[in-house]
Amino acid sequence: MEILLSQLFNGLSGGSILLLAALGLALTFGQMGVINMAHGEFIMAGAYTAFVVQNLLGDAGSSLLVSLPAAFVVGGLLGLALEALLLRRMYHRPLDTLLVTFGVSLVLQQLARDVFGTAGVDVAAPGWLSGPVQVFGVAFPKTRLFILALAIVAVVVLSALLAFTPLGRRIRATVQNRSLAESSGISTRRTDRITFFVGSGLAGVAGVALTLMGSISSNLGTNYIVDAFLVVVVGGVGQIKGAVIAAFVLGVAQSWIEYSTTASIAKVVVLVLIVAFLQARPQGIFVVRTRSLV
Amino acid sequence: MNISLARRLVAVATVSAMGLLVGCGARVSDDPAAGGAGAACVDTSGSSVKIGFLNSRSGTMAISENTVYNSLKLAADQINASGGVAGKQLAIVAEDGASEPTKFAEKAEKLIRGDCVAAVFGGWTSSSRKAMLPVFESNNALLFYPVQYEGLESSKNIFYTGATTNQQIVPALDYLKEKGAKSLFLVGSDYVFPQTANKIIKAYAKANGIEVKGEEYAPLGHTDFSTIVSKVKAADADAVFNTLNGDSNVAFFKEYKNAGLTAEAMPVLSVSIAEEEVGGIGVGNIVGQPVAWNYYQTIDSAQNKKFVADFKAAYGPAKVTSDPMEAAYTSLYLWKGMVEKAKSFAVADIQKAAGGVSFDAPEGKVTVNGENHHIAKTALIGKIGQDGLIYTDWTSGKPIEPDPYLKSYPWATGLSG
Repeated sequence: MEILLSQLFNGLSGGSILLLAALGLALTFGQMGVINMAHGEFIMAGAYTAFVVQNLLGDAGSSLLVSLPAAFVVGGLLGLALEALLLRRMYHRPLDTLLVTFGVSLVLQQLARDVFGTAGVDVAAPGWLSGPVQVFGVAFPKTRLFILALAIVAVVVLSALLAFTPLGRRIRATVQNRSLAESSGISTRRTDRITFFVGSGLAGVAGVALTLMGSISSNLGTNYIVDAFLVVVVGGVGQIKGAVIAAFVLGVAQSWIEYSTTASIAKVVVLVLIVAFLQARPQGIFVVRTRSLV
Repeated sequence: MNISLARRLVAVATVSAMGLLVGCGARVSDDPAAGGAGAACVDTSGSSVKIGFLNSRSGTMAISENTVYNSLKLAADQINASGGVAGKQLAIVAEDGASEPTKFAEKAEKLIRGDCVAAVFGGWTSSSRKAMLPVFESNNALLFYPVQYEGLESSKNIFYTGATTNQQIVPALDYLKEKGAKSLFLVGSDYVFPQTANKIIKAYAKANGIEVKGEEYAPLGHTDFSTIVSKVKAADADAVFNTLNGDSNVAFFKEYKNAGLTAEAMPVLSVSIAEEEVGGIGVGNIVGQPVAWNYYQTIDSAQNKKFVADFKAAYGPAKVTSDPMEAAYTSLYLWKGMVEKAKSFAVADIQKAAGGVSFDAPEGKVTVNGENHHIAKTALIGKIGQDGLIYTDWTSGKPIEPDPYLKSYPWATGLSG
């Protein structure tokens, strides 16, 4: 029973980390169709932002709370720069985008090595997040509870933004039918920019969350980018709820299979399951129905 | 037109490059007389002699191997300043192994045959050493390899100045046993070193009545240790033996602490975490945990104080010194000792003279074993302190004779087969 509960929690927690890493991608890849290989490096930039903020402020508790919005802005601005300088010249050229953003990711990694050194750095977790909470004899690490809560808040805010605000309506209109949106007076250029800002900003937030879990080094992003893409593809391009379900299903599956086998086997089994699932349902869990011809 | 021209050029270049490679390969394998040629082309007539440094200056291993390069460079500068080796100044030829075993083999070939160096120093991963081994054997050249490794190897063309298993893993187990550990949990990365190390650990445990409660491997670069830590926690062993490598250690120790496990309740003994790595993991996450090596920056000896001071003077006060760096530094001095004892730079003379050559290294006195080309080293178990440095908690007291095949340990029979 304890094992059941703790493994379920580990799965949900793993899922929430995947979700945070993938949420921004669900927006930029899912909504705009841009394959941004540098998304992982935006996550890395968020993690390094947390490191810089902590060095400036000193106190671990307040620096974590300051890092979250700071990393959102840093990630967002990086995304904005990428969009304005490179991506907008190559919409509808997915292969070129893939190569260019991969190049950008390498540049950003090297930049991180030059600025912060090749060895990993550490961001101390605040005291109020250290150790576990004991419930029914099961230990729930507070950092993982925090990340779970952060992921839920991010999803709720993003969904509300898309569903209820004028900006959200414009984004959805652009996704569903770009030319019709344009002829209705929506500036799709501006919408694209804002979408990219928000998506990349979410990557920055994910980076701050990851400082609580793992190492902060130049290859932080590469550890998560593949999983993030898997979540978006399985979830169904163009849907936030798809990404949410996919992230939690993958997280729980990974932790359960890992518990009964080994970490390496679990990785393989999960990948095989994904391939099998995509064979049966190439469009993912959900699909946006649109009357657009393109 | 342009494109097809470019393609043709590429094709021509590729074919000729392949031809070149095949040509070289054939020369090495077909002509046994070439065996001595590599060493024979070493030019010792002038006032200087060439040596090769072969480290990964780029790629994923650069973070570790740059530090080894720095300490090799420091040793060479010191030797040159104090009159050189047998009166000859050292001229360094540095090559980048680029974290690719094939690159290591290729560059080793270049150093031996192209640059005619007297000896090569470097390598880190076991795969890079395994890739270079045939190159050094077929050219009858010398490699000094500075990193602890999984044992079960002994080449007359390689000197191993890091620990073999009976100088690191076996003493670590002795330490845990002495501290009263009756059960162990093994956590490692999924590749050759941890798998081999765990085989040895299980054989030791069986012979000493220690129960192995679990054995978990994580893929290299694994970042989510919640499930593995759950298993560790559920097993409730007396200690954890950790052979994880790289970034995984950070995720593991953060998870370990957040799950409420401590160094007091269940110590995690690591064999891949040195001074360099502690900063990235975060001192707060790993303080008090034991590690097993043969050298720590905090060793209280005149030789070590000088080494640390010289290193900081050369590379900055924030730099730390670690076991592989010290082993690399020592390797150059051992080669110097061998050359001066043999009164020759020739490989055969050095091999003959090597046994018994010793050096007062920063880690303490080390002596070369002429049989298996490893060195006798003192094993030290350290604990990580609040300042991120490692302090000796237990020592084997005297240098342990290297035994890469564990032949002198009855419980280990069958492991080397």
